[in-house]
Amino acid sequence: MPDAIAELKILPGSSAEFAILSNSYASSGGDAAVLLDDRAASLVVSHHRVLRAHSIPGVRIEGEETSTGARARITVEPGTQAPGPVHLCFGVLPKEGLQEIQAEFFIGEGARVSFLAHCSFPNAVRVKHVMDARIHVAKGAAMEYAETHYHGPAGGVEVLPTAHIELEEGASYKSLFKLVQGAVGVLRLDYQAHLQKDAVCELDARIYGKSDDRITINESLYLDGENSRGLAKSRVVAADRCVSEVIGEAVGNAPHARGHVDCVEILKGPLARAVAIPKLTVVDERAKLTHEAAIGSVDKKQVETLMARGMSEDEAVDVVVKGLLR
Amino acid sequence: MLEVTDLQLILGGKPVLHDLNLRVHEAEIHSILGANGTGKSTLAAVLMGLSGYQPTGGRIVFDGEDITRLPISERARRGITLAWQEPARFEGLTVGEYLRLSQRNAKSQPLSPEECLAKVGLSPEKYWKRAVDATLSGGERRRVELASVLAMQPRLVILDEPDSGIDALSIGNIVDVIRTFARNGSAVLLITHHEEVAAIADRSSSLCGGTILKTGDPAAIARFFRNHCQECQHVNVPIREEVHYA
Repeated sequence: MPDAIAELKILPGSSAEFAILSNSYASSGGDAAVLLDDRAASLVVSHHRVLRAHSIPGVRIEGEETSTGARARITVEPGTQAPGPVHLCFGVLPKEGLQEIQAEFFIGEGARVSFLAHCSFPNAVRVKHVMDARIHVAKGAAMEYAETHYHGPAGGVEVLPTAHIELEEGASYKSLFKLVQGAVGVLRLDYQAHLQKDAVCELDARIYGKSDDRITINESLYLDGENSRGLAKSRVVAADRCVSEVIGEAVGNAPHARGHVDCVEILKGPLARAVAIPKLTVVDERAKLTHEAAIGSVDKKQVETLMARGMSEDEAVDVVVKGLLR
Repeated sequence: MLEVTDLQLILGGKPVLHDLNLRVHEAEIHSILGANGTGKSTLAAVLMGLSGYQPTGGRIVFDGEDITRLPISERARRGITLAWQEPARFEGLTVGEYLRLSQRNAKSQPLSPEECLAKVGLSPEKYWKRAVDATLSGGERRRVELASVLAMQPRLVILDEPDSGIDALSIGNIVDVIRTFARNGSAVLLITHHEEVAAIADRSSSLCGGTILKTGDPAAIARFFRNHCQECQHVNVPIREEVHYA
């Protein structure tokens, strides 16, 4: 990374912007105070300005502005047991704009770290957010990555997150992508994980699509090492005229590899559409892959059970849907 | 309290329930004893008003009000609820949240949700934060269902085979829970095909071929069930001459 990468408290002259983004961060469920807590590693990027990049011992956060967004490199030293989550905050506050984030994660051997990422586009009318992540988790290391989005009601956001995940022997990676507040706009999520021997990966996406949202989820697991284990899970609620397509893929390339694709899509309204495409490929005959998919309206028995406790049908559906996307 | 008169349900052109008459009194335990396939769970579904189980004839009156066409929620708000034999599972909903939701419309709350859980033999410390999903065993899920009904404090609870899938050692615990309903003022319509569970009732009815054949003392109904129903070849063909309504 170039020398321009700087360790920042807060970018000078950006306090007002930081405050607005912090508020938005809080709206999406984050604890805004942690963004300024020196005990926690954090990275805050507003549009294409790096407002804060704060490292702690064992966790180095580097951020560099680009003309359309930012480049970030996050390095966790081998053996580090990060005391709390690393906080990442990305946002675009104006109505229009492009934010491209190129992020590299290097998790050293035996390290253990979790990330809480929040993406806020509260005023978006025409915003494009691109996240291109390269993630490398070394031998025996563990990484968790939870990303929550907060969108305004207009739905004018294009969210294009891609992740290329490499897991060395015995490494584990668990991700949870949530976009359940506000309107999505367009979401094209594309995660691809490659697992070596004894590695474990869980990809989990939960989306609530409304109005004219277009959702595409593509989660792929390449089980390249013996005894590797993977789960590609997705939960989508498509309301109004939302169209959703989920492709869950697992490739069993090694002996005793196990992969499972699990997709539930609930339609709310006669104009919503959902497609589920499980794609399983067994290359090594000793690998075992399974899938389950359920598409349709909210389960009648669940709704009637809650109605039998005195809830209205709408309340019951709401409880079921919120649980599914939690 | 509950008065069912000449109830009829036709599904797929077949009369599944017919000429069914039943009365359940205030705070009584009333067991419905019947072999598999005689219409016990269907009766529970009709009484709760589940979709697809709208009666084609007859009346269901609760506290003097005709509820035959009322939706599930309205029946529940009047104090009727159902514990399913195979209860639904909920992803992302904890046991604690489920019990609190069940208690939301309770008229009185003699037991806290935690106490309800303990009452069904599940430790609140261990189960409160568990999800009501596929990670619970069938027996655990049924106990959680009973706890949620306890939390709701209904006036009439329909228990559809609460003893199903429960190990023999725990049957006593389930019986204790059923008695707790009655002690707290709830009437219980207890659907079972286990004589020993049916025996705890104040009154029993024998259901066969979609109709109530006989109502009376639980011991007498159990004898009737043993002698006429357990090995019978007349499932779905009621013995008309035996019909007697209490």
